[in-house]
Order: sequence, then C-alpha cells, then structure tokens
Amino acid sequence: MTKDETKQAVLDIIADIAPDEDISNLKPDVRLRDQMQLDSMDFLDIVMELRKRHGIEVPEADYPQLASLDSCAEYLTPKFTALGK
Amino acid sequence: MTTIDYTSTHYDVAIIGAGMAGLAAGIRLAHFGKKVCIFERHNAPGGLNSFYSIDGRKYDVGLHAMTNFVRAGVKGTPLTKLLRQLRIDRDEFALCEQKRSRVAFGPRGEASLTFTNDFTVFESEVARQFPAQIDGFRRLVALIRTYDDVSLGAQPESARAVIRRHLNDPLLEDMLFCPVMYYGSATEHDMEFGQFVIMFKALFLEGFARPLDGVRVVIRVLLDKYRQAGGERRMKCGVKEIVVRDGHASALILDDGTEVTATHVISTVGAPETERLLGEKSQTPNAKSQRDGHPVGALSYTETITVLDREPAALGWGDDTIVFFNDSERFTYARCETPVDTRSGVICMPNNFDFGPDAHLPEGLFRCTCLASYDQWVNLPEAAYREAKAHWYAEIQKSAQRFLPPLPTPDALARATLATDMFTPRTITKFTGRLGGAIYGSPQKVRDGRTAVDNLYLAGTDQGFLGIIGAMLSGISMANFHILAGGK
Repeated sequence: MTKDETKQAVLDIIADIAPDEDISNLKPDVRLRDQMQLDSMDFLDIVMELRKRHGIEVPEADYPQLASLDSCAEYLTPKFTALGK
Repeated sequence: MTTIDYTSTHYDVAIIGAGMAGLAAGIRLAHFGKKVCIFERHNAPGGLNSFYSIDGRKYDVGLHAMTNFVRAGVKGTPLTKLLRQLRIDRDEFALCEQKRSRVAFGPRGEASLTFTNDFTVFESEVARQFPAQIDGFRRLVALIRTYDDVSLGAQPESARAVIRRHLNDPLLEDMLFCPVMYYGSATEHDMEFGQFVIMFKALFLEGFARPLDGVRVVIRVLLDKYRQAGGERRMKCGVKEIVVRDGHASALILDDGTEVTATHVISTVGAPETERLLGEKSQTPNAKSQRDGHPVGALSYTETITVLDREPAALGWGDDTIVFFNDSERFTYARCETPVDTRSGVICMPNNFDFGPDAHLPEGLFRCTCLASYDQWVNLPEAAYREAKAHWYAEIQKSAQRFLPPLPTPDALARATLATDMFTPRTITKFTGRLGGAIYGSPQKVRDGRTAVDNLYLAGTDQGFLGIIGAMLSGISMANFHILAGGK
C-alpha cells in the first residue's frame, strides 16, 4: 500500500464517522483536529475502525501518531504493508 | 430474517434494558464486533421513552420534546456527537423544531419568559423583564457555556448557590430552575451545578424538536442500526438476578429461569434497581454498601393526555409548544404530601412544532405533567385508584388552563375532547420497573458507571446524562469507556 492509499483509507473512515465535515480540502501536514471538529470520541472511532476494517492495532501510546494525514501515512503504511496490503 | 441460536448463551456483553441507553450502547458494541444481547422485560422497546396504543391511537409515553436540538452544521454538542457515534444521518430522525415555549409564573402566569431555539430571544426576554438582572444573567450564561459538564471528576456544587452569586431576584432564579428541574432533575429543591449546566444547555442554548411521528421514529432508527450491526434482542425477557461471585458478575438469571453468561454487563435499569438484582446469596460486603448508597428517587410525576378533534390553536390557545408554569410565590420542586401538586407543571402541545406546510399530527393533543406522590398512588385499591385518576385529571386540567388564553366557552375543551389518558407514579413503576415512579432515577448519580461488581456498569438515567439524547450518549460513553477503549 502506498502512503497515498493509506491517507485515502483514513479519509474513508473520517467520511463515515464525521459525515458532517468537509474533508475535500484537508491539508495533509496540518493536525486533523485543527481543521475539523474531532473530539476524543471521534479519534477512538478512527482507531477502532482501523481495527475493524483493516485489522490494524494502534496502541494508546501511539495515538499522537494519528494527528495529521501525513503522520497517519508515516505510521500506518508499514502496518498495512506488514499485513500484506 | 436472522436466526437466533438460543443454545449459545455466552455474550461478550449483556445489556439489561432496551431503552435509549441500552440500544445506543448495543449499537456501538455490535458495530465493533461484540456479541451483544439486550434483555428487555417489556414487550416494547424505548424504556422511559416508549410508546403505546389505545383504541388505535398511538401515544408517546413521556416525550414532550427532544431537548439538545441544534441545526445542521453546529458541532460539538450532544446531538452531533451521538449522530456520529451511532452513524445516524440527522435526516433519519426527521426532527422538527418547536415554535416557541414559555415559562409562566404567578397565579395567572403574569410573569412570562418566552424562549425558542434561538437563545437571543430568551436573553432579550430576560433583559426586558428583569433589567436589573441582565448583567448577572449574561455572566451566568458565559459560565455555563464554558463549564466542562462532561468531566467525570468535577467537584459537586449547589446550583442554587452558583445562580445566587449571579442573580438576586428569586423570581428569575425560580423561573430558570422550573424548566431545568422538570425536564431532568432527580433531586429536590436544588441540583448539582453540573447537572444544571447540562439541562440549561439542553433546553435554552440548544433547543426543542421532535419527529412528526414522535418517539417511535427515534426508536425505529435505533432498532434498525442495532439489527444491521448484528445485535441480538430478547423482548419480554427481563433479568431477574445478577449472580455475583467474588465481586464479578458470573451469570444472569432471566425471568424464564434460564441462565446466560457475559463477559461484561451494562445495566440501564437504574442504580437502586440494579442493586436489587444482585441476589442476596451473591452479596459481597462491597456490594452491600453500594446498595445502601443509592436512594430511590423521591420525585415522581403524573401526566394527563387529552386528544382533541382540532389543533389546540383552534381553541384559542396559541402556538406555544411547551409552557412551564407555577402559581406560587416560590417554585417548589419536591415530593408532595398530596397525590398531585397542581401548583406547578408543564403543558405540552405537540401540534405546535413546525412540521412544515403540509404535515400535521392527525389529531390535537394537550398534555400536562405535574409532580405526584408515589406513596399516595401506589397502594390505592383499584376502584379508588380510578376515582383518584378522574379527580386529579380534572384538577390538573383546571390548573394548567390558568396559564393559557381563556377558552371561547367554558365547555369548549370538553366538547373538543375525543379521548383521554393519564399515567400516574404507579403506571411508571408498572411499565418501566423504576422504583418509586422516579423517572429521573436516583438523586445520587454514578458518573463513571462503575459498581461494586467489576464487570457490571451502569448506563442511562442514573449515570447522570439526562433526557433522550443524554440517555443515548450515556450508553455510548459507557460502552466506549468500559468496553471498547478497554480493548477487549
């Protein structure tokens, strides 16, 4: 999986958990939280949807790695690759 | 059609009660792959916000209005959070906004504050009628807006004390407390300030709405989501005992005598009610002290429902959606000595929501709620009970009409009436299992949902989030906090 595909996988999740947010112009290097109204419940959902849809586990200590789309791609792409995706 | 395998009796999570909290918790858990079953004693879902039919007419149990309404695009409020968490599109609830509501005080409602879903209306009403109080009122509202009401660790504080630091007119103070208390307070006379903030936001800063077809729309959406997520549900099958061994819920005994096991148990039936499910033989010393700690709520209610052959507005009653009234010098929110306390109450005219140009309820409805004494109602023999209902029905109607424009003729209401119904504290306990007819539960809330039993959690009214939206958020929060974020 490429980093762009990882970003798309995260965007797909955000589109489902926060359909009232406009995600078409998100800047990849800016914290998601600064561009959308996402609270801790929403972040928990991103983590749980990653587990449900892709079998990826994100330990709580690593939650800060999901701050922006770029950091999501850096952190999650090796995990997708390790799963053969 | 899903087939349910009744031979398989272990669940990841068993939920007691198919009300708003239980359904919301169930949706979250089933969505994330947990094997969940909801056990409900009654034949209809909805719990304290259910519905029923008499003579082909559908009635909502208690719904006047859903509080916490915000328009599309307003984010970070309870309604928005719950729509996201349950993956509900806001159009599915099809919420229609209130027209306007009032707080009316004095023997004939001489002091009146109108409010709508636009908070500036309420603020200007306060400024107009209480000019000396408006600066303090604005400071109070600023405090409420920034108060962290979902913090699980906030120090309890008297709401009366906080309000009196901002306002010194007892009339305005009581006019703020009356709606807030009637729509959710389990404590007499005063509230914990955090609870006041939750309710003030829900009623005044957010607002009122309802689906045209009432609470059953909301319940239908929840049931559909729960079924699609793979959740199981067993109706007319309550839990009569939670078997506890070494501080752990090891099994649930159902009303039919069968036993099921679950890794986690969420109870939405109330704190004292849940404590009573802990069988005597399975009491731990810890559980005993917990039981002693959660008093049954002292506050109960009665409600009259009058079905009309025309809209209430056609009786000259205007387009108020909700009217909170009180005739006395001070507003008393406490257990009453008489069967009903008709000095104060809440009028709801469900026709007066903005359903759109071509949509309206099939008949007129006029609902009145007053405080009532559980003790005075519960032990009446059947004939005396029916007689008391007839007597108090008339008294409540008489009291409430003082706060509405006069009828064209004295018998206009009687002539427009097609059917009536009334629930009492006894009805509440019969159909919901709430001890003492206490709709708002125990005055002692359990914010973190923990009990003396390590895998048993409370959700719903006694966890302390109030109203329909609050109950759903409570189920969501407890499922997230204790089970999903726990990673198991």
